[in-house]
Amino acid sequence: MRYILSLFVLMTLSFSALAVGVDEVRLADPAEEARAQGLMKQLRCLVCQNQSIVDSDAALAKDLRIIVRERITAGDNDEQALSFMTSRYGDWVLLKPPFDGGTIILWLSPLLLLIVGFYIVYRSQKGRQTKLIVEPLSAKEQSRVNELLKEGNGD
Amino acid sequence: MRLNMFIPFAIFCLLSAALFVGLNLNPGNIPSALINDPVPEFSLPIVGGEEIGFSSNDLGAEDEVILVNFFASWCAPCYVEHPFLMKLKERGYKIYGVSYKDKARDTNGFIERQGNPYYKIAADEMGRVSIDWGVYGVPETYIIKNGIIMYKHAGPIHEMEFEDKIIPIIESIEQ
Repeated sequence: MRYILSLFVLMTLSFSALAVGVDEVRLADPAEEARAQGLMKQLRCLVCQNQSIVDSDAALAKDLRIIVRERITAGDNDEQALSFMTSRYGDWVLLKPPFDGGTIILWLSPLLLLIVGFYIVYRSQKGRQTKLIVEPLSAKEQSRVNELLKEGNGD
Repeated sequence: MRLNMFIPFAIFCLLSAALFVGLNLNPGNIPSALINDPVPEFSLPIVGGEEIGFSSNDLGAEDEVILVNFFASWCAPCYVEHPFLMKLKERGYKIYGVSYKDKARDTNGFIERQGNPYYKIAADEMGRVSIDWGVYGVPETYIIKNGIIMYKHAGPIHEMEFEDKIIPIIESIEQ
């Protein structure tokens, strides 16, 4: 058991799990490096489009990683570093599209669909309810009921 | 028949149409962020030398429509595109060439063997100026007038595309 456990710990500590562009120099300050890597995860590799530049092996992704680190070293905040990229490659370089006029439908459509869904369920449930119409018994029916009840009591 | 019954069908049709259009878009066609912006400031050396090949000032000084073509000897589509660039040169287009992340020897060999369609060639060995331009692969061609980026074409230019898409743009710019 202890053997398996230590193996598991070793596996989770493996450096490949943390591998970010093995080929390049990391920033000396771990906090800055963490920030840089956080930004890299938000940036799309333009060559292999659904990967971030962290995941991609493309030469361009490597260059962009180096640039992100340079921007951080130059004292850019996150927003400035990202806008360095969007000014060259457009919003498309961001894996998460910004919330603005052009993307409002994209962002709000899940909520809209949910509301429409609830409305449809509400409507169909309402239609399914059978309406009970309770009419008072006629005089004849009432006397029959009374008769039956009397018989039952007699037993 | 109630009208309500057609609503799901109508939604289905709309969705199908939207998806069909989306499916036919070319995901490789990323619109440039720099359209209608001045060319980024740069100055690049000649291939295998120290002297300035050309700079943003040179492009800004051109008052006719010019083309800026990013290429590399290691780029297969560039070989496909090359004969057409030669034709464009014959037709009188001024093409500035930027050799992207290429060794000087290889670029020179490429030009010697394939011919030189370029008015001037500069080398971007580090690829950093190209990133300022928003280049994400070679070849890419920009249409410039008075130092303003009017249009970007990613991938090799084919004659048909040039006639159908780019000529109308150039004509509208020239007016």
